[in-house]
Amino acid sequence: MASSMISLGSTSLLPRDINKDKLKLGTSGSNPFPRTKSLSRVTMSVAAKPSRFEGITMAPPDPILGVSEAFKADTNELKLNLGVGAYRTEELQPYVLNVVQKAENLMLERGDNKEYLPIEGLAAFNKATAELLFGAGHPVIKEQKVATIQGLSGTGSLRLAAALIERYFPGAKVLISAPTWGNHKNIFNDAKVPWSEYRYYDPKTIGLDFDGMIQDIKEAPEGSFILLHGCAHNPTGIDPTPEQWVKIADVIQEKNHIPFFDVAYQGFASGSLDEDAASVRLFAERGMEFFVAQSYSKNLGLYAERIGAINVVCSSADAATRVKSQLKRIARPMYSNPPVHGARIVANVVGDAAMFGEWKAEMEMMAGRIKTVRQELYDSLVSKDESGKDWSFILKQIGMFSFTGLNKAQSDNMTNKWHVYMTKDGRISLAGLSMAKCEYLADAIIDSYHNVS
Amino acid sequence: MAMRIRNLASRRTMMMNSSPISGLRSMSSSWWKNVEPAPKDPILGVTEAFLADPSPDKVNVGVGAYRDDNGKPVVLDCVREAERRIAGTSFMEYLPMGGSVKMVEETLKLAYGDNSEFVKDKRIAAVQSLSGTGACRLFADFQKRFCPGSQIYIPVPTWSNHHNIWRDAQVPQKTYHYYHPETKGLDFKGLMDDVKNAPEGSFFLLHACAHNPTGVDPTEEQWREISQLFKAKNHFAFFDMAYQGFASGDPARDAKSIRIFLEDGHHIGISQSYAKNMGLYGQRVGCLSVLCENEKQAVTVKSQLQQLARPMYSNPPLHGAQIVSTILGDPELKSLWLKEVKIMADRIIGMRTTLRESLEKLGSPLSWEHVTKQIGMFCYSGLTPEQVDRLTSEYHIYMTRNGRISMAGVTTGNVGYLANAIHEVTKSS
Repeated sequence: MASSMISLGSTSLLPRDINKDKLKLGTSGSNPFPRTKSLSRVTMSVAAKPSRFEGITMAPPDPILGVSEAFKADTNELKLNLGVGAYRTEELQPYVLNVVQKAENLMLERGDNKEYLPIEGLAAFNKATAELLFGAGHPVIKEQKVATIQGLSGTGSLRLAAALIERYFPGAKVLISAPTWGNHKNIFNDAKVPWSEYRYYDPKTIGLDFDGMIQDIKEAPEGSFILLHGCAHNPTGIDPTPEQWVKIADVIQEKNHIPFFDVAYQGFASGSLDEDAASVRLFAERGMEFFVAQSYSKNLGLYAERIGAINVVCSSADAATRVKSQLKRIARPMYSNPPVHGARIVANVVGDAAMFGEWKAEMEMMAGRIKTVRQELYDSLVSKDESGKDWSFILKQIGMFSFTGLNKAQSDNMTNKWHVYMTKDGRISLAGLSMAKCEYLADAIIDSYHNVS
Repeated sequence: MAMRIRNLASRRTMMMNSSPISGLRSMSSSWWKNVEPAPKDPILGVTEAFLADPSPDKVNVGVGAYRDDNGKPVVLDCVREAERRIAGTSFMEYLPMGGSVKMVEETLKLAYGDNSEFVKDKRIAAVQSLSGTGACRLFADFQKRFCPGSQIYIPVPTWSNHHNIWRDAQVPQKTYHYYHPETKGLDFKGLMDDVKNAPEGSFFLLHACAHNPTGVDPTEEQWREISQLFKAKNHFAFFDMAYQGFASGDPARDAKSIRIFLEDGHHIGISQSYAKNMGLYGQRVGCLSVLCENEKQAVTVKSQLQQLARPMYSNPPLHGAQIVSTILGDPELKSLWLKEVKIMADRIIGMRTTLRESLEKLGSPLSWEHVTKQIGMFCYSGLTPEQVDRLTSEYHIYMTRNGRISMAGVTTGNVGYLANAIHEVTKSS
């Protein structure tokens, strides 16, 4: 990230980067302030003074979103986009859920107005999202101990929480998994919250380094925030088992840490919305205070409408009220109030029993397709790979992503030789894989794994 | 503060060690003990209070959201038609970090002109933003990151959230004279003095038209003088244009201040919002633009704006942007929009006249000339906070305590009641 001191108020008339056809300086005696193209009269050109933004350098391309751009530019017909985590059908088309279309039509027919939402967002959405997470009728909801405010999808919700941490826990650290979603670091950096990593992925087993994780959480300064993926870990697809979750909760309580869940894939891991909330509900059972960020980008396919929520479970309704008011205070100078469209869609879907049931079925279908494709990929690898390598990690991983264990050079080979687009950390998005392409992908992986180092 | 937290933490450890693993239990201590209730937002809090009031006579002239003559929120016809057209056409995939390219293109035309050379030369770094607030915040963060020693000069008074925005971006604030309480007009001399006395190369926040909350705008001639002085001082002009179309009814005319600065060669920044002029309040759609020296710099600056947006919300929402680009990209719909904007602006201008005449008819001892001289959605009435409180407690009339009346909330149905109430609380002053 580039940052530079620009000297202001420079009185020099010599800009470093002279736009030559506009300005001629020196002793030639020519007018140093020539006409600019648009004017019918001669005026002083302010281009004579150096720009304030002279020293700004190009920001690096986003490591995830840049993959899709490269894919688009590729003309090879075998190309496969396993980059960004956006669900695709078997025909590799984007998918708008039926319930979403229904909800939008309802909204169109009703002619809803477009007034500002309150800073905390749509009340019906906030109610629905908390119930989806904790279960309707859960004590933390009944006792009003959760501060919920609508946020700009997962990113925006995480950012609100990060800003709250910076403000009320100055100096406190957030521990994030190694690896984690790339944007987590950006969020905490921009919010000026220090972070460090806890061991998570074990390249030797292509599984969870559970002992390392527990140890690192134990060694963190008391009162640290521990960022946990509620389910379907991104980028690895490796989730703790229920027994491991219990131990994680134990050590967090023991060390007086504050859990901070990122739940971006509720429903996408197992296919069941309730089952995927098990880790969060376990912590709620413990009576702990913690954060949960939610996103509806994937599970309702509402990527573009930026709908999510930040929930803060507090020990009392009074604390929840105060916390909510401070979250609003952070949101107001960021965007004033959140966008209404996505919130209405979610509220309509969750608030109508028939549509909710239909959503659950579509969720199962999407998660089911991914599970099927995992199995097909595994079967292709096993049948094609004669080395006897254990590919079972593919089946053990869960959710949209699989961490293949391929290193950067091998991932590059996937792209350069096979036109398979993925992120450099070896992550493939199974949501972008079709049954028809499994064999091709298996060939690419086997080649990259065995023939490239 | 860190010490207190550590001590708090160790107390909790002691409490918790007695039963580290248990079922649901109530905690007598909380991480959030030090969190105080935040004060109510001075603007949005007014609507909250209004909604809670059971009185049938209540009037909301608080938040700046347009109402028709029946006091109802309005969804523009062009917006409804656009929504019908876009229904079911989108895959809802993520927009790029910089937002909808088409929407941004159309939006730049509104601010910079239909045939702007700056657009042609690709010199403008522009991204879709979360309405005006989001545009201002992105710019404030950008200013903090790339001109770290700089301050922002903010007019007195201004929209209260401007202060919050630059404060949370950690950019120090200074103020400049703007409103003249005695004349209820512009303190031009004070403004020019402050511009002159500011260190060279300072950043200034300007309201392009329909100043919020005062409704007081510089004349064209005054804008030209301001621009010349800015040039002499090499100041950076950041325009907040939240009411293009709402001031005069003519968007081109309302962009005059910006066009003057562009003609004079300034490299400006602009925040644009479709909340009011397209009635897209809740959709949160706007645009931040920064005019750069050349295309290369514009690409660079845009990449850095995106870099700021990514850890805030990743990419902006689609729906509102689609509505905007559908309307502005279709000549018929755009023409309908322009008609509807004029209707809204004209209704407000009409209500200004009626309110003023009503107060004069009641025999008010005060001058209400400013009600018709001021422009845009708001009237800075000159009412004191105490008088405003009386209006609320005695008459159930809701407005912000700075005496700002949202003329958009005034109707033929309530203007008499409003005039009477204002007269009652001011007649003895």
